[in-house]
Amino acid sequence: MERLTFDLATQPLRELNTFLHTGAKEGKVGHVTVLNPDGAHNIAVGLDCPINVEVVGHAGYYAGGMNKAATVVITGSAGTGVAENMMSGKVHVRGFASNGAGASAHGGLLVIDGDAGLRCGISLKGGNIVVGGSVGSFSAFMAQAGRMVICGDAGDALGDSLYEAVLYVKGTVKSLGADAQYEPMSDEDIATVASLLDQAGLDHDPKAFRRIASKRSLYHWNADANQEY
Amino acid sequence: MCGIVGLLVKTPALREKLGELMVPMLIGMTERGPDSAGLAVFGAPLADSRRKISLYSGLTDDGADFNWLGLTHELKAHLGVTASIEPKGNHAILGFDIAPTVVKRWIKEHHPKLHILSTGRSIDLYKDIGTPAEVAARYGFAGLTGSHLVGHTRMATESAVTPDRAHPFTAGEDFCLVHNGSLSNPNGIRRMLEPRGISFETDNDTEAACRFLEWRLREGDDLETALQKGFEELDGFFTFLMGTPDKLALIRDPFACKPAVVAETDDYVAIASEFRSLAHLPGIKHANVFEPAPEEMYVWNA
Repeated sequence: MERLTFDLATQPLRELNTFLHTGAKEGKVGHVTVLNPDGAHNIAVGLDCPINVEVVGHAGYYAGGMNKAATVVITGSAGTGVAENMMSGKVHVRGFASNGAGASAHGGLLVIDGDAGLRCGISLKGGNIVVGGSVGSFSAFMAQAGRMVICGDAGDALGDSLYEAVLYVKGTVKSLGADAQYEPMSDEDIATVASLLDQAGLDHDPKAFRRIASKRSLYHWNADANQEY
Repeated sequence: MCGIVGLLVKTPALREKLGELMVPMLIGMTERGPDSAGLAVFGAPLADSRRKISLYSGLTDDGADFNWLGLTHELKAHLGVTASIEPKGNHAILGFDIAPTVVKRWIKEHHPKLHILSTGRSIDLYKDIGTPAEVAARYGFAGLTGSHLVGHTRMATESAVTPDRAHPFTAGEDFCLVHNGSLSNPNGIRRMLEPRGISFETDNDTEAACRFLEWRLREGDDLETALQKGFEELDGFFTFLMGTPDKLALIRDPFACKPAVVAETDDYVAIASEFRSLAHLPGIKHANVFEPAPEEMYVWNA
């Protein structure tokens, strides 16, 4: 397989993304290196073939967004909305990620070695997210399906209005959101966490995680609740 | 939107290059703020008794042809003041040795369209409508020197696109603030401050935050205490970057709705809304790059 390098200090981002959307599908190039990303937005968005993309440095907004089948590695940090609406494949951020990481991802795996900002995994729809560090407030808000493994701590209102997504946290949780509750870890949960940690390349004891899932008390309108949740 | 940049150099030799390092930071935030730009630069303070004010003549009938030298003659004739003047088109820095309130009152009376941008011993302030590149070229930002600066690129949402509504905003002496975001209670803040004799020059929401925090500092709060009261009183979305003669300070609202990223090396601390404004800085590949947390105070000393 061939390897290609795009240097965004001299080549426009559009040249990279055009190649990834067209030439990459021919299957001759297996690996693309992106140099000097320098915080540009929309790097390697909307990929839909199994190619490896390595972004060497810091990426801007929406890096690896809408990813399908590809593997995108960012060696630095990622801006807002990394891997937003991912369908499949893998996005791996070796640094930290800003707000809204993995928002509404339908599938695939997002790995963040460092911390993630606020609203990580908001409206998750089936993707998996593993965060080596901590996540900010309002993470997994209204998450519908998929799993989040948080090796560090979580901020306020974790899993607020959670649907069927399941969260696993090793560190402390500042507060749970409405309708989120701790549940016992089953053998299946431990196996799930072990598998996700293994895929993420992170070394933690899966038994040290706590499970958080929905109480399902908000699934049906309760007229007697008097706006108290 | 809007873009924020800040730069504080730790290595004294870099003070000569402050403007040169900053211009690409400001231009890098053009997409976030294409309609106006501005910055406040802080340098070594003048003698205790001396003050300088930054003036903007773009709203006067003469615009950039304003007779700046004539202004100093008028001040001599009317107030007996010997003032220095450093003109740059529609902008000038006026220096003098009497109470600034006397000079400012005289200017408001005799040149009501002349806009007073800043007052102090350390601060020079520039702002105007136009793209960041245009504004930077207009005032020669690349040649500015000093220890730290606060800059802004504006995409107006809360008030009209005019030079006086561009950022930074100032209040009192040697204090400025830039804002990315929108406040939801600026009118409540105004109603609280106006009966205390604090007057406003625009209808801009950021001006309310600026005057609130400067009022707290003037009442004796230290910067940290004033910022804490800001968290309690100011509602809405904000990333604020503030400058004083010896400090840069950064805060973000509890929801972190507006971005900020910091890069720190042994030589400098650089702040921007996004990393793309920091990418050109020397040694950036080995800088400590981090995202400031919401509702935390970050204060760096010059």
